[in-house]
Amino acid sequence: MSIFGRRNNEGDDAGRAGSRRAGTAGDGAGTATGRSAGPPSSGFSPATGSLGVVQRHPDRDGRPILSFQDVSVTFDTEFGQVEAVKRVSFDIRPGEVVALVGESGSGKSVTSATAMGLLPGNASVSGTVTLGDREVTALDDAGLRRIRGMHAAMVFQEPMTALNPVLTVGDQLTEALNLHGIAFGTEADRRAEELLELVGIPDARNRLKQYPHQFSGGQRQRIVIAMAISCSPEVIIADEPTTALDVTVQAEILELLRSLKNQLNTGILLITHNMGVVADMADRVCVMLRGELVESGEVHQVIQNPQHPYTQRLLASVPRLGAELEVAEPEPVTETQTRVSYAIQSEGMCIEYEHRGRKNRVVHDVDFTVSPGEILGLVGESGSGKSTIAKAVLGLLPVAQGSLKIHGEDLTRLAGGAARRMRKRIGVVFQDPAASLDPRFPIGDVITEPMVIHRVGNRASQMARAYELLDAVKLPRSVVNRYPHELSGGQRQRISIARALTLDPEVLIADEPTSALDVSVQAAVLDMFAELQSRYEFACLFVSHDLAVVDMLAHRVLVLKDGREVEQGPTADVLHHPTQDYTKRLLAAAPVPDPDEQLTKRTERRQLLQSLGETPY
Amino acid sequence: MDENMNRGVTVQQAAAGPSRQVAAGPSRQAIDMADLAEVEDARLRQKTGKSYSQGQLVLRRFRNHQAAMVSAVFLVLIFILAFSSIGWAGIPGWWDKSYLTSSSVVDGGAPTLSLVPQWLGGEGIRWGEHPFGQDNTGKDYFALVMRGTQQSLIIALVVGLVSTVIGATIGAIAGYFRGWVDSLLMRLTDLIIVIPLLVLAAVLGRMTASLNAGIIPLALVLGLVTWTSLARLVRGEVLSLREKEFVAAAVAMGAHPARVIGRHLLPNTVGVIVVNATFAIASAILLETSLSFLGFGVRAPESSLGLLISEYQNAFTTRPWLFWWPGMLILAIALSVNFLGDGLRDAFDPRQGARTARRRRRFGTFGISGREKALDAATAGTTATATDGPAESPRDDETPFTGPADPLGPGR
Repeated sequence: MSIFGRRNNEGDDAGRAGSRRAGTAGDGAGTATGRSAGPPSSGFSPATGSLGVVQRHPDRDGRPILSFQDVSVTFDTEFGQVEAVKRVSFDIRPGEVVALVGESGSGKSVTSATAMGLLPGNASVSGTVTLGDREVTALDDAGLRRIRGMHAAMVFQEPMTALNPVLTVGDQLTEALNLHGIAFGTEADRRAEELLELVGIPDARNRLKQYPHQFSGGQRQRIVIAMAISCSPEVIIADEPTTALDVTVQAEILELLRSLKNQLNTGILLITHNMGVVADMADRVCVMLRGELVESGEVHQVIQNPQHPYTQRLLASVPRLGAELEVAEPEPVTETQTRVSYAIQSEGMCIEYEHRGRKNRVVHDVDFTVSPGEILGLVGESGSGKSTIAKAVLGLLPVAQGSLKIHGEDLTRLAGGAARRMRKRIGVVFQDPAASLDPRFPIGDVITEPMVIHRVGNRASQMARAYELLDAVKLPRSVVNRYPHELSGGQRQRISIARALTLDPEVLIADEPTSALDVSVQAAVLDMFAELQSRYEFACLFVSHDLAVVDMLAHRVLVLKDGREVEQGPTADVLHHPTQDYTKRLLAAAPVPDPDEQLTKRTERRQLLQSLGETPY
Repeated sequence: MDENMNRGVTVQQAAAGPSRQVAAGPSRQAIDMADLAEVEDARLRQKTGKSYSQGQLVLRRFRNHQAAMVSAVFLVLIFILAFSSIGWAGIPGWWDKSYLTSSSVVDGGAPTLSLVPQWLGGEGIRWGEHPFGQDNTGKDYFALVMRGTQQSLIIALVVGLVSTVIGATIGAIAGYFRGWVDSLLMRLTDLIIVIPLLVLAAVLGRMTASLNAGIIPLALVLGLVTWTSLARLVRGEVLSLREKEFVAAAVAMGAHPARVIGRHLLPNTVGVIVVNATFAIASAILLETSLSFLGFGVRAPESSLGLLISEYQNAFTTRPWLFWWPGMLILAIALSVNFLGDGLRDAFDPRQGARTARRRRRFGTFGISGREKALDAATAGTTATATDGPAESPRDDETPFTGPADPLGPGR
C-alpha cells in the first residue's frame, strides 16, 4: 500500500500532489522502498535509510514554502478593536528555520496562528498567507482541516497539556494518521513506533501503550514533535517549544529539531523569546514589537549587528554568564565572630511530602548557610527541590529531619506568637506576577498588608511606607489606587518586591522572581533587586533555574539535583570553574545569544557528553 | 514624568544615606536596559482617570446585559407594588382592602381590572373595586396575591442570605483547611444532600408552623437545608485559589487563617457566590410554593402564592383568574431572578459570551450609553496595554478582568 495513497485528491491539491504522492512505502518489516506515483521532483529522497514513515521534502527551487504577505490581524474585544499584528511580511523556505522573536504582546503567536487558521472567532485577518501553493487565508473550515497536520503542524509550548492524559501515546500518534487517511490499524501502529524511534525514545513498541504521565517532560515534548511530523508536513510551527523545559532538556530538543529538519527538509517557524535559542537554531530572524516587524534578516547579521534600537536593547538585556551587577558585599562570618548568627542555617535538612499516607522525600541531607547581607543562589532543574527548600525556609513546609534555623530559631517549632514575630523578619517574592497579588486588592493595600497583619503603625504611617517603597521600586505614587490587572508583569513583580520589603526583613526569599518576565523587563527588575539589596542589605535565598541570572546576583551558589547537593561555593568558582559533571553539563546546555559562540558551545557540549559516554539527544 | 523620576532618586539616596554608600545607582548600561520597562512606567504615569476595580468592571458588564436589567427593573417594580399596596408590619399601604377581611361577593368575584381602552371596544382602562377579583369568601384577591408576593419575596431574601452565608463559610473552611475538617464538613453536606429536599423541608416546615411566628422561621429553615450546592462550589473554588501565590504570600507574612479566608479567598469567589445565590433564591421561591401547595408551608389565613394556587386549583376552568394571578407572579419572579443570575454570571465571566456582549453593546441599554462612552474613553488607555495579553495568544488562560472561571460549573 502506498503511504499517501489514500489521500484526498481534490483539484486544489493537484499542484502539490506530484511531489507528495511520491511518498515512500514501507512494508511490514519497516524497510522503505521509494516508489514514484508522479513525476519525480528534484531533491526528493527517503528521509532516512530505514524509515519509510516520513519523507524528505523537495527544495522548491528557492521558492518559499510558507509566506506571509502584509498580514494584519485585528481582534474585536469588549473595549473595541485591538490591532495585534500590523502588516507583517516574511517567507520560510524548505529546510530553513525562521525565528519569530518578540516579547509578550508582540503578536508573534497570533502571526503564526494565521498560518493554520487557528485564530479565535473575534479575529479578522487581512493580507495573505500562502502555504506551498495554497492560500491559507482563503480556505474554508474543511480546507483548513485538510492542511492542518498534513502540510503544516504545530509543536506547542507545554507538553503536559498538549497531550491528552487519558489516551495512550500510541492512540495519539495514530490519530493524525487515521484522520488524514494515511494509515490504519497495525500499519498505523508500526508507523507510530518508527516515529517514536525517530524522535529518540527507546523501546518504542512497549512505550506506545503507555500514557503521557509515564514520560518525562522532555520525552513528552519529543512525542509532541513526533505527532507533528507524523503526516510529514512541509512546515512545522514551533511555538516556544522549549520554554517549559529545563535547560539540558532544551538543548536535547533543539538538537532533535535540528536533526529532523536536516533529514526532512521541513521549514520551521520557531516562535521564541529566548535569544539563546534563536542563536542556536535560526537561519533567519524576524523581530516583532507591538505587532510590527521591526527587523528581519540573517541570524548573524541581526544578532551581531542589530540595526533597530529595540533589537539592540533586547540583546543587551539578555543576562549572560560573567556579567555582574553590583550587589552589597556580605559581612563574612568568620570563626572569631561566632556570636554573629547566620541568617539562614540548614544542617542535614530533609523535606518530605506526604501523599495519601505515603511519604515522599524530595530533599535529602542539604547543608547551607546564608550570612546576613548575602545572596545565596539556589540553582537546579525542575524537580531538584529548590522551591521546596524555599517553602521550608518560609515555614510553609515542615522539615522532616535535620535542622533549619532562621536567626537561630526553628520556624516550624515556634509557638503561634513567636512564629508570627519571626515571619515579620522574612519577606518573600514569588514567581508568577499574575498570581502573587490578590486581584481584589488595590496596590496600596497590597504593599501595606504585612503592616496591617502585624499591626505596625497607623493608616497614615502605613501609607507613608507604601509611598517610600513605591519610590524605591521606581513606580509612580499614584498606583496605590490602581489594581494589579492594570499593571504589566514587570511592574507587578516590582510591587511584589516592595511588599516583601515593607517590614524591612532580614531575610528575603525570592522564588524565581524574574523567570515569568520578558528579558528587557527582567533586566530592569534584576537591576532594581541588586540596588535594593545594596540598600537594605537583607540576606537572600535566590531560587532560579537561570544560571546567568544567578551569576549576576548571587555571592554564593548551591547547585541541586534531585533534592541532593551537587556543588556549593562562591559564584565565581562554581559557575566559572565547576568541578562536578552535572554543573558542567548545566553550563554547557545554557545557550548564549550569539550564533558563532553558540556553535562552538554546541560542539563543546557534544564533546562533553561524548566524554561522559552519552549521545547529544 | 522626569520630575517624578528625579524625586524618586533623591528620596532613595536620602533614605540610603546613613546606612552605607549606594553603589552609584545603576550603571549607564543598566539604564539603557531598563528602557523598555521605563516605557511601560511612562505609560502608567500618563494614565489618568479613575481606576476601575474588578467589581466596577463587573458592574459595568452587568449593566450591559439587557435581560438582566429588564429583570432587575421588573423585580423592583413587583417589590414596590407588593410592599406599598397593602403595607407591611403594621404600616398601612395605599390599597384600602385587607387580605384578612371578607365582604360580599360582587359579580361572581370576577376581576374588575381592565386594560383595553374604550375606543378599541373594551371597557376602558380602569382599576375598579376588585382588580384581581374576589375569592370564595369575598376577600379581595388583589390583597391576597400581594400578601403572597410579600411572603415569597421575604422567603427569597432570607433563604438567599442564610444559605449563602452558611454555604460560603462551610465551603471556604473545608477548602482551606482540607484534611479531617474537610472530610467532616463534606460528609455533613453529603448527609443533607441525600435526604430529599422536599421531605426535609416539609418536616422542618411542620415543626416551625407550630411556633406561629409567621414566615421567618420557615425561611430560616429553608435556608438551613439549601446551602449544600454552594458549599461544594465554594470549596472547589477555594481549593484552586489556595494554591495561588498570593495566598502563600499572605500565609508567609503571618496572616491568620481567618484573614486569609475572609480577605483573600472569599472576595475572590464572590462570582460563584453571587451567581449561586440568585439561583438559590429562585429555587427557594419555588420550594416555598411547593411546600405551601402541599400544605406544609404557609397556612390560611396567612397567604402565599403557592397556597393560593393549591386552594383554587379546582377553580381553574370556572374562575381562571384565581389561578392565573398567583401563577403568573411566581413565574415572573422566578424568571426575573434567573435572568439576573444569568446576567451576573456573564458579568463575572466575560469569556462565556463575547459575541452576545458585542450585540448588546450595539443596542445599548436604558440610555446609559452616555456614561458608557465616558467609561470607554477612560478605560481605553488601560485596555490598550491590558488586552495585548489575551489578544496575543488566544490559548492564554489569563484574561485580565475575569472573575473565577465558570462560576456555575456543575451547579447548573
